Formats: sequence, structure tokens, C-alpha cells
Amino acid sequence: MDVPSALPVADPAPADGSLPASALDELGSRPFGVYVHVPFCAVRCGYCDFNTYTPGELGSSASPASWLEGLRRELDLAAHVLGSPPAADTVFVGGGTPSLLGAEGLGSVLAAVRQSFGLAPGAEVTTESNPESTSEQFFAGILDAGYTRVSLGMQSAAQHVLAVLDRKHTAGRPVAAAHEARNAGFEHVNLDLIYGTPGERPEDLRASLAAVLEAGVDHVSAYALIVEDGTALARKVDRGELPAPDDDQLAAYYEMVDGTLSGAGLHWYEVSNWASSEAARCRHNLGYWQGGDWWGAGPGAHSHVGGVRWWNVKHPARYSAALARGDSPAAGRETLSAEDRRVERVLLELRLAEGMSVRVLDEAGREQARRCAEEGLLAPEALVGGRCVLTDRGRLLADGVVRRLLP
Amino acid sequence: MSTFADTTFTTPELIRNFCIIAHIDHGKSTLADRMLQLTGVVEERAMRAQYLDRMDIERERGITIKAQNVRLPWQLEGQDHVLHMIDTPGHVDFTYEVSRALEACEGAILLVDAAQGIEAQTLANLYLALENDLTIIPVLNKIDLPAADPEKYSAELAKIIGCEPTDVLRVSAKTGLGVRELLDEVVRKVPPPVGEAEAPPRAMIFDSVYDTYRGVVTYIRVVDGKITPRQRIKMMSTGATHELLEVGIISPEPKPSAGLGVGEVGYLITGVKDVRQSKVGDTVTSERKGAAEPLAGYRDPKPMVYSGLYPMDGSDYPDLREALEKLQLNDAALTFEPETSAALGFGFRCGFLGLLHLEITRDRLEREFGLDLISTAPNVVYRVIMDDGKEHVVTNPSDWANGKIAEVYEPITKCTVIAPSDFIGAIMELCQSKRGQLAGMDYLSEDRVELRYTMPLAEIIFDFFDSLKSRTRGYASLDYEEAGEQSADLVKVDILLQGEAVDAFSAIVHRDAAYGYGTKMATKLRELIPRQQYEVPIQAAIGSRIIARETIRAIRKDVLAKCYGGDITRKRKLLEKQKEGKKRMKMVGRVEVPQEAFVAALSTEDSGSKDKKK
Repeated sequence: MDVPSALPVADPAPADGSLPASALDELGSRPFGVYVHVPFCAVRCGYCDFNTYTPGELGSSASPASWLEGLRRELDLAAHVLGSPPAADTVFVGGGTPSLLGAEGLGSVLAAVRQSFGLAPGAEVTTESNPESTSEQFFAGILDAGYTRVSLGMQSAAQHVLAVLDRKHTAGRPVAAAHEARNAGFEHVNLDLIYGTPGERPEDLRASLAAVLEAGVDHVSAYALIVEDGTALARKVDRGELPAPDDDQLAAYYEMVDGTLSGAGLHWYEVSNWASSEAARCRHNLGYWQGGDWWGAGPGAHSHVGGVRWWNVKHPARYSAALARGDSPAAGRETLSAEDRRVERVLLELRLAEGMSVRVLDEAGREQARRCAEEGLLAPEALVGGRCVLTDRGRLLADGVVRRLLP
Repeated sequence: MSTFADTTFTTPELIRNFCIIAHIDHGKSTLADRMLQLTGVVEERAMRAQYLDRMDIERERGITIKAQNVRLPWQLEGQDHVLHMIDTPGHVDFTYEVSRALEACEGAILLVDAAQGIEAQTLANLYLALENDLTIIPVLNKIDLPAADPEKYSAELAKIIGCEPTDVLRVSAKTGLGVRELLDEVVRKVPPPVGEAEAPPRAMIFDSVYDTYRGVVTYIRVVDGKITPRQRIKMMSTGATHELLEVGIISPEPKPSAGLGVGEVGYLITGVKDVRQSKVGDTVTSERKGAAEPLAGYRDPKPMVYSGLYPMDGSDYPDLREALEKLQLNDAALTFEPETSAALGFGFRCGFLGLLHLEITRDRLEREFGLDLISTAPNVVYRVIMDDGKEHVVTNPSDWANGKIAEVYEPITKCTVIAPSDFIGAIMELCQSKRGQLAGMDYLSEDRVELRYTMPLAEIIFDFFDSLKSRTRGYASLDYEEAGEQSADLVKVDILLQGEAVDAFSAIVHRDAAYGYGTKMATKLRELIPRQQYEVPIQAAIGSRIIARETIRAIRKDVLAKCYGGDITRKRKLLEKQKEGKKRMKMVGRVEVPQEAFVAALSTEDSGSKDKKK
């Protein structure tokens, strides 16, 4: 789920994928992650704008086999471009629907990562999975292949909410899948929730939260539904067939999610993420928020190394074709200025429970931070200690706080 | 091809000066085009539709703002004649210019659409023509249209001007049918001009236009004597003298001539750069041995409607000043002076003849000068008498006195509405709600009625015309003329955001309408201003008394739920865009108000149905 549908407008990327020495110099100073994008789904869900394709959309232009071939080539190219690549501290296989590859396919993906980068001791290796394409054997298989963490797309426990989202699993399946994963030996299991779907009532969300707690997972992600342009859901909302999510309702739901999860010992560590302990936090995602380096492989995947961001072509056929020619699949890239990197630190680190050092801010920004504390958006005691940490209310208004801290 | 009309100093007996009185889109320009073609002054292939309307806006809106005139040759029964066609402006705001154009003629073609009948402005201009003793030639146009009803409208015209229905000519300007006969009729019916050839020269200015290359081009009608090149002339209203650089005729391109004699119409160029030095209605004479008495009827144009114009982008302020100065070269009625608004920044308080004049000016500023503007709600000129006897003239609600007011005077108008009789009730209801007083009503035909009202100008310039059109399904036409002033119970309503008055939203309204205005603005603003991090009260107040209140609830959530590796670039760019957007926000106290909210709140159209912006 790392890959939004629209690519940014930026500079062209060099065909050989090479990176400036300044970016390479920073390698190893931070944790290094590998993201692998699996661009396949059995069906397209109406709310989803990720870079993913159904067999019908792809036809004969691309297949999991041609994708895996391309992926191996890209990982080789990455190792070459990075010189002596650091071992991966984290691996995250997202999509799309990685579980469609089956345990064997996911095993091949991880083997390819291992071959190009190697895994650091104690590496976190996550795969996303759709509950309906998992089983006890599947979990046993990927655990055996070296995966350490599973993230399951649950969305809701209410069947009518799943129907609006076009999700195909039955309401009880995600919890069963979570149990299966844990029984197979996975210590770290995440459930994804979406709240604010048209038609979702407070009691629906309460039931979803109860199911999550019943599953006994150590990590929960909960996202307010975003009606993304160009999706079937957006068209339904535009035509008035479904109501647009209401921000006040979303705020109330967020509070319900946070209250319920906190009460059960799952604490927020990022605006939309809760974990039962520090060890349960997703280290790979923390890398995104803490300015880490990562190589994103696969169609449409984004990467960041030492202040250079780039992203691959989106279509699996173009992706494989570029790599077959020996070229980098990158579609565009940008080199961040010092100010860009500062801005990103504010907008990313502020989302974390750990917060951000006030030293990142300029004088005007610090003045705004003091005002935000007075207005109850930042925690005053943390600010005294030199950190900007959002309050409960501030979390819901984080984007406005970011704008104010960057006057 | 040379014609009889090419040389000037034609015997007055062979000259006919006429204009065409018509409503917007009743086909005046098309008829003028056809006349240019039939008289041979414009060749077929050079014919550009509506030749006489020069400006794009005129072409687009189908209206003529600035009068043009053209000299045409026409033979009747073997005798050569010279026709001067004077194209009058067609809208109520330009009544004074119309009256000067009429003054330059002896006859008028009353042109009416055979499918629609006469409209209020046409009727008003007809009355003006009758007051000037012009010979009226009634004509129905568009008789080729399937919807034409010449019998009905001939009878209507005959009744209005007091002739026989058979006297009403029928033409199709589009096909040319009946236009020759019309030109013959002009020669037969319109009296030739009369003047004293040997007297000191007197010529009336009926239009003046700024030309980038030539400076001001002044259109005149010679009454007495003659105007010749290289003469020094004097403007009688100011006594200013100028050297004549060129005298000529329009046919339809400007053509220098040896001069202009009694009854002749043409142009002169003196090298002045500003139309205010060559005022419509003024009398031109010679510097030496000039006339002692000017021709009657000159007056200075007086703005009736004021509005603040502000650039959206404050850095465009110098460009706006320059653009206004350029427009003023060609528009003696436009006035402006700098003003500052706490909410809108630096701008100009501009004076206009009426609402159309305002709209056209705004349009031209945006289109020809590429400016993005906010205009404040238009207001009229008030005369405020204080308890201590002091008097203020208020052209801006912000200048409304805070002290004890003894009396307030507002301009009133006589207004005429013509509409199908089905709508009498709706029109009366509307006029009454706008403080109108019925002054009379006449049936023009069985099913068409003319209603006359006395109504405050302030009510007309607000949204009267739009309301009238919508209540009569577009059938009603409106004309108004100023008719002095009246004392009225007027108050200033302020709009406050978080307790702070926003000057751009203050309005002077009748006490009975204050609550309605306050409620409407507060509701509009609640919908237009995005929610802020804190609650924002919106209040309407008369002085310190609150008459309406709305609240913009505090925003509870703005955070984007997801921000992972692939979202970062997009999110940073969005932030940059938001920061750009913030520059276009106006701060009212702590409240961020988008410029669009100002524009929408100040427009008279109902924006209540629009979705609130997030």
C-alpha cells in the first residue's frame, strides 16, 4: 500500500539508475529498508487508487512470472547502483495483493531480496495479505520462508461496510486469519481498519474494534476512508449515490478507535497506527517517517536514498520492458534541497507519538509551536522538553499544525 | 468609386441626419450594416458583420456603447443626397449620450423586433426623441422570422407614436428586404438641417473616442457656420483652445475633408489625449470671432453608482491604476480615487453612470488589461445631514458618519417596466418590496403593459434587474432615469467576523431591509469561509446592536489518514500549494478568508446552493 496511483511531476531519472555520490554517502547512517510492490489483485475495490491491476486489465501484457523476473533484475540493478549495499533492516512486501503470489511466490521474492542485499540480523520482514487468500498452510509457508510479520486487510467487521468497499471476504474471516497467523507462529500481526465508509454506523465500528481486540493482534492500523479522485467510489459520491465522509463524523470515529485501542493496551505511535509495545511497532514504516533510506522495487514503487526520491513507471509491462532492456525502471526523481528535507521532517515526524525536535523549526515556527501548545494542539510538557508532540486534538488537526510550524 | 457624399459643404437641403433607436438585439447593427452595403460605401467582401460596433465586448454582448456615425450617399428620384447615420448607444446608463446623439439628428428610425414588440429602453429613447422634435419613422424588423407578428406590433407602435398601423414600415435587415424603401422614406420624411451658414461656427460634440495613434477623435454636428482644418477652435464649456489638426467624415473609415458646413456630421482631431478635454454635449466654436452663446444642453457626466475595485493580487495595484487611467482617456464618465480597505487592501473607489457601465468597465479591466479584480457591492451617493447641520456626501459605506444623523437623502429614479400583462402581479410585488411607488400604468396593447414607478436608485442597482427578469421569465424590460432625491430611513449594516467589522461587507440599506441583509450575508459567509481551528462567530450589526448571528464551527479533523513512502513527495507538494493558497487568503483578525469568499459574498447572485469549500 505504498504506491498511490498518481506519480509526481519531477525531473527525469537517468537510464542507468545511478545516484549522486552525495546521496550514496549517507547510506548506512540510517536503517535501510526494501519495499517490494506486488501490482496484482483478483478484483479492483471501489475505493482503492493504488497501483494495482486485475488479470482482466493486464491481459497477456504482464504476469506474476514476468513481474518476478523484472523484480530480480531491479534488485540486481539496485545492488549495483548502491555499490556495496547495506543489508536490509526491514523488508515490506505490499500491494496489490501479495498473498495472491502464494507462500512459494513470496518465498521467491524474499530469496531475491536476500540475494541482492542480504538481511540484517533481526530483520523485520512483513507481507500484506488479504484474508480471503490466506490459510494455515500459507502462514506456515511464509514463516518458513523467513517472514516475521503479517499485515491483514480487515477493513471492517460489518458485512454491509465490506460490501460498499467491494471487499470479498466474509466479516469473520480476518479475525480467523489473524488467529491462524498467530497459531502458525507469527508474533507480529497487524489488522488494517477503514472507518467512515458510507453507511458505517457507530455500532459497526464498535463491532470492528471488538473483533480486532478479540483477534489478539499486537498492531492495528486504522484509516479514515479517503475518497480518491478517479475511483468508482468517487464517482458514486459525485453522482450522489453515496454520501461523502463527513469530517466531524470521521473525527468522532477516530476518537472512538483511539479510545478503544488505548483502553486495550494498544497505544498510538503514529497518527493512524497503534501497537501493544515498542517491539510491535512496524520498523519498516517508521523508516518512512524518520527519514530512513529504502529501495522500493516493483511497478510504481517509490524510493529514497540520502535526499533523492524517485519512483518507477507504473505499468507492469513497461516496468518489465525497461528492465529487460537493462534500463532503470525509474520514471522520475527529485533531489531534495536542505529546506525540502526540513519540511519533510516536520510533516512526517510530527505524525509520530515521539514527535519532533523543536530544533527542526525556525524562530517563527517555534513561536507558532508555543501558540499551538497554548491552543491545546501540542503537548506543553513535551515542548518544554524540546519536542513537538501532538495532543489528542492536535492529532486530528495535524495538517494545520504542520502548516503553522512552517510559516 | 467616388460619390456625391465624398465632398463636404453639401447644401443643407440635400442632407438628412438620422439615428436608429432600437433595443439590444432588435437588429440595429444589422440594419446599419445593410445600409452601408446598399449605399455602396462598404463593399460586400469587406463587410464585417456589425461593422459599426468596434469593441469586442460590444460585439459579444450585442450592444453598442459608443456612438459611431457614418456619411452615406443616396439617390432619390435622380437627386443625390447625403445621409448621416448616427448610431446611438442603446442602454439606460448612457441616456445623456443618447440625448446628445439625438440632438444631432432631425429624424429617428424607431426599429422594433416584429416578434417581440417595443422594450422599455426603446420607449424611453423614443420619448427622448419626441422631446427633441425628431421625425419618427416606425419600422418593424425581422419580419422574415416565423414568430413575427407585424399586425400586432404595427398596431402597438401606431398607438404609441400616434400614426396609422399602415405607416409602419416592415423590413428584414438580415435579408435586406424593405431597406431601400426605408432609405427613400428617410429622404422623404426627415427634414433637412437648418442653420446659419454665415454665422460664427457652432458645432455640438456628440461623442469623443480615444485612439491610440491619433489621440482623441471628436464627433461633431455642425449647426452654424463652418469648421475648417488649421482653424483654432475653442471648447465653450471650459474656454480651452486647440489647433485643429484634421477635419473629416466617416464613410465608414475616417477620411480628411476640406471642412464641414451647416448640418454636416464628421470628426475632428486636435491632438488632445484625453476625452475629458473634449466633452460630449459641449459646443465647439472658433477661437477668433467665435460664437457668444453655446448650444443648449451641456452638462458634466455625473457618477450615480460607486464601487470599490481591488486587485486580487495586491501587487497588481499599479497596473490597475494604469488601466483605469487608460480607460478614462476614452470614458469621461468614469471616475476613480484611491481607497484602502482593511479587508481588501489597496484599491480604487470608482464612480459609474450605472450598473452596466460598472460591469462593462470591470469586464474591460479584466479582459483588456488581464487583471483579476474584486469589486465591492455597488452603492449610490447619499447626502447625510447631521444634527449639527453639517452635511456629508457619502460615496462609500465606510464613510458613513458615526455621529447623530438628522436626515439622509438618497437618489430616486423614475423607472419604466414593459412586460406581458400576465406578470403585472409579480412585477408590482417586486417593485413594492424594493420601495417602489406606482406612478402609472398603461396597456400598450391587449396583453402588454407599461408600469411606471418611482424607486430608489439603490434598490435598482442591487439586484433588481435580475429579479425582474427571473420573475417575468425574461420578458420584462426596464428603463430608469434619475429623478432627484428623497429622505429615507437608512442605516449602515456592518458584518463582523469574530467581533471585527469587515469594511468590504458594510452596506447602507433601508432600516426595514437591514435584518434581511444581515441574515443573508451572515449565512452566505458561513457557507463560504472554511472552518478554522477555532469557532468563528459572524454577526451583522447596526452600530453596536447585533441583528443577526451565525457561527462557523471549529474544524475537528484535517489530518490525512495515510502518509507512507509513496505519499511523501505528493504531500510536500500539496503543502507548498497550500502555502501558496494561504498568500491569497486575507486575514481578518485571526480569521483566514479566501479571496473567493469575498468575491462570492459580494456578488449579487445567490451562492447559497454552492457546496461549501473544504
